[in-house]
Amino acid sequence: MRPFAYARPADARSAVAALGDGAVYLGGGTNLVDLMRLGVVTPGTLVDVSRLAADVIEETPGGGLLVGAGVRNGDLAAHPLVRRRYPMLAQALLSGASGQLRNMATVGGNLLQRTRCAYFQDVTKPCNKREPGSGCPARTGDHRNLAILGHSESCVATHPSDMAVALVALGALVRVEGPGGARAVPMPGLHRLPGDDPSRDTVLEPGDLITAVELPALPLAARSRYRKARDRASFSFAVLSVAAALEVDGGVVRDCRIALGAVAHAPWRAEAAEAALRGAPATEAAFARAADAELAAARPLPRNGFKVPLARNLLVRVLADLAEMP
Amino acid sequence: MTTTDVRYVGSALDRVDGVEKVTGAARFAFEYRPRDLTYAAPVQATIARGEIKGLDAGAALKVPGVIAVIWHGNAPRLAPSDAAELSVLQSPRVAYRGQYVAVVVAETLEAAQEAAALLRPEYAEEGHDVELRADHPRLYRPEHVNPRYPADDERGDPDAALASSPVVVDATYTTPAEHNNPMEPHAAIAEWDAGGLTVHDSTQQPSGLRGQLAPLFGMPPEQVRVIAPYVGGGFGSKGRAHPYVVLAALAAKQVGRPVKLAVTRREMFAVTGYRTPTIQRVRLGAEADGRLGAIVHEVWEQTSTLAEFAEQTAVVTRMMYAAPHRRTTHRLVRLDVPTPSWMRAPGETPGMFALESAMDELAVACGVDPIELRARNEPAADPDTGLPFSSRNLLACLREGAGRFGWEDRDPRPGVRRRGGLLYGTGVASSTYPAYRAPAQATARAEPDGSYTVRIAAADIGTGAKTVLTQIAADALRAPVALVRVEIGDSALPQAPVAGGSMGTASWGTAVVRACEALTRELEESGGRVPPGGAEASAATAQEIKEQEKYARHAFGAQFAEVAVDAATGETRVTRLLGVFAAGRIVNPKTARSQFVGGMTMGLSMALMEESVMDDRFGDYLNHDLAQYHIAAHADVPDVRAYWVEEDDPHLNPMGAKGIGEIGIVGTAAAVANAVHHATGVRVRDLPIRLDRLVR
Repeated sequence: MRPFAYARPADARSAVAALGDGAVYLGGGTNLVDLMRLGVVTPGTLVDVSRLAADVIEETPGGGLLVGAGVRNGDLAAHPLVRRRYPMLAQALLSGASGQLRNMATVGGNLLQRTRCAYFQDVTKPCNKREPGSGCPARTGDHRNLAILGHSESCVATHPSDMAVALVALGALVRVEGPGGARAVPMPGLHRLPGDDPSRDTVLEPGDLITAVELPALPLAARSRYRKARDRASFSFAVLSVAAALEVDGGVVRDCRIALGAVAHAPWRAEAAEAALRGAPATEAAFARAADAELAAARPLPRNGFKVPLARNLLVRVLADLAEMP
Repeated sequence: MTTTDVRYVGSALDRVDGVEKVTGAARFAFEYRPRDLTYAAPVQATIARGEIKGLDAGAALKVPGVIAVIWHGNAPRLAPSDAAELSVLQSPRVAYRGQYVAVVVAETLEAAQEAAALLRPEYAEEGHDVELRADHPRLYRPEHVNPRYPADDERGDPDAALASSPVVVDATYTTPAEHNNPMEPHAAIAEWDAGGLTVHDSTQQPSGLRGQLAPLFGMPPEQVRVIAPYVGGGFGSKGRAHPYVVLAALAAKQVGRPVKLAVTRREMFAVTGYRTPTIQRVRLGAEADGRLGAIVHEVWEQTSTLAEFAEQTAVVTRMMYAAPHRRTTHRLVRLDVPTPSWMRAPGETPGMFALESAMDELAVACGVDPIELRARNEPAADPDTGLPFSSRNLLACLREGAGRFGWEDRDPRPGVRRRGGLLYGTGVASSTYPAYRAPAQATARAEPDGSYTVRIAAADIGTGAKTVLTQIAADALRAPVALVRVEIGDSALPQAPVAGGSMGTASWGTAVVRACEALTRELEESGGRVPPGGAEASAATAQEIKEQEKYARHAFGAQFAEVAVDAATGETRVTRLLGVFAAGRIVNPKTARSQFVGGMTMGLSMALMEESVMDDRFGDYLNHDLAQYHIAAHADVPDVRAYWVEEDDPHLNPMGAKGIGEIGIVGTAAAVANAVHHATGVRVRDLPIRLDRLVR
């Protein structure tokens, strides 16, 4: 491994100030350290932000929750208010990785997790995300687990985080400290689609540090689910996932929130499906129509066409389960 | 002399080295620290075929702590060898992507890895071909398939019999490349001194490895010592020398210091062997009642350009069921890929996936219960050789399994058992594995303090070999186990065959029994007194094995699987797996159960998950880590049970034991696939059965 410097600033401001050229933030390290071992990233300095005073979960005045970026995924999943108010988030967190990893991974780091595309992870192969302009072998190669929505000629990678899918469905607000001061980025909107510059996963600028995630007050989310289709029951990345919340009144869908995971470069807010559902009867037929409305935009690749029926079936199943919930 | 009437063979003795292992006292290959130790980091080819034109070592040599950069341009010469895979750094040729083309030796592992990452060999790349196809123009018939079976066999007129059969199953099955992933990856420490070469290696055969290494370095075997008292798993991949161990020895020779080389999990996917992918066409011709008239099993598989590894995939079909007409064929193609190697029940495992899936298809076609179908095709003698079976209790396994599993009430209709969003189904398949035995030597020594020491160069790869050999020796000596110490895992000990082919216990145990018997006789002749210097006897079993009466010796088993398939997503989970085995006398029920359960778990993994994905353009296996190459882990293995039937077979060996290391995996994938068909009505003929095969 290449030698690197290590810094552990005391607060977010000095962390941002410490982030010079070739430096990266280190959260739990569950992804970054792997990528360093693989030579995918070769930072000159690690700025450890995992112990900043950013590990608190507190209620906001508006009835939401403020989650520090340093909160461990395991702790967030276990928090009673998260479990009660945002079950899809707790379920998403628990479906990710292993217990050991969840105890290390941080909320901020998890949002910035890099794709699991095999070509991205192998420095002996081209990859536009890793080395802009070198090409995308995944597009014509092994893309079974890659994007069906929003991809481009230059990249078909998917975002790997389960948590982020739930946060997109919830419309979370990501608080950022940057060289120019503090600001907030709403989700969806943090993660980019690849376009012709897949090297950038998010809209964050160099030096930007995620300090917290704000969960809005969303009573609807008390009836929510996260379901992840996966190749094995033990820890594995999603082949496809659905985060959904549903409010039904007198057999009619009053409101809903839906996001899909492992379908695109970003966690995918299913706005077309949501629009199709609002005011529709809470029936499987209506759920299927909503799914079809969303998936009309799908452009599957030669080897991942199965993701379209998979997304449809899974979305219908999750909505039907929510509709049947007492 | 302390004697005992207790019989240890058959008892569930705890592992004699269990405490050492769980406390960390046991040392594995990488855990030794010779003086002046150095670390090696290999460089792997990034082309699949071509030549290395040059290597600029300048930047690598500037990394602090780097001692040497070795490549074919400056490597010590090895003796010419047929083992092209082991002739590392001897030529500019690149035969597959991932092949070792250089190695950095440094004072620390970090420095070695950093320098290795800086090395960018210049290549002259040539077009490569890594795609196995049944219509490949370069297919050929190997002279033999492993270990020495004829590649083809035919009896009767299978084509005519198929043409006139009332019921015909004709289906093509595929299995992907699969990689061994033992808990302890491969690793070696090599050290030269005046006496020759000493290697600490994670190997399944210290004696054999010595025999493979010595000629490469132009030495007699006595000048090579291979030490491997503990091995952290091995499913065949550690059964033969791989390039890394030669690389470590060669590097140590070059730098004049001991060299440590750990093969990373990623590297393993190129340099330590794998199960060849297979394409298999099976045709069964049967009467309406399911009685087989013809079996045709044709196999296509790959090997590398460096070595022929011809997996014996269809051989099992020659002995499994009675059919007057039969043909089995194997065709290979040499591709620009790493050399395939052994992986738990090579041949039998993919072969039985195809055969036992086809039998299930026949059962469905004939409307006959799958167990009854197998009973109707049970042969009286080995259909391959005509020899009588030393024992064959397949039907007993099927029937006992049926009772334990709850098979009787099974509704054969597919796709009708739905609970919630899950479709349930059950399936069964037969298993078999040959009961081999290979020559071995052992010594037994009576110490003046009343204890005994038994020595044999066996390897315990986690199976409990040391424990069962202690039991076998104690019985032969009629001594308490507490007084018997067994020394294994060192080529300086009496020569022993590989811990592979499910023949370790049978082979080593025979030598141990004979040595102990010889010692007992010697002591009896001297009046039961142990002389002050101790007494020792030795045995070699080559003659005994050669003179063994002719029987067809095979273990048998039956696996039953229950699966739940998510109707929405196609996700398949095995909810129950049950195996019953007939494997001779079970030496240690505790370690045996672990072997059976482990084999079945690996079969479950094969059925649902394992696949090494080749990217034809690059020529390597893409998913080369455990985040991408999925194996069954905790949550995937909810309920696996293993049982065995009592079997008293006098034609095997002094213990009456058949091997158990491999039979657990053999039929499992087919049982799971058959259960998936029963659950969903979808016949998946291509492993692994992942959700994309079932989602609609």
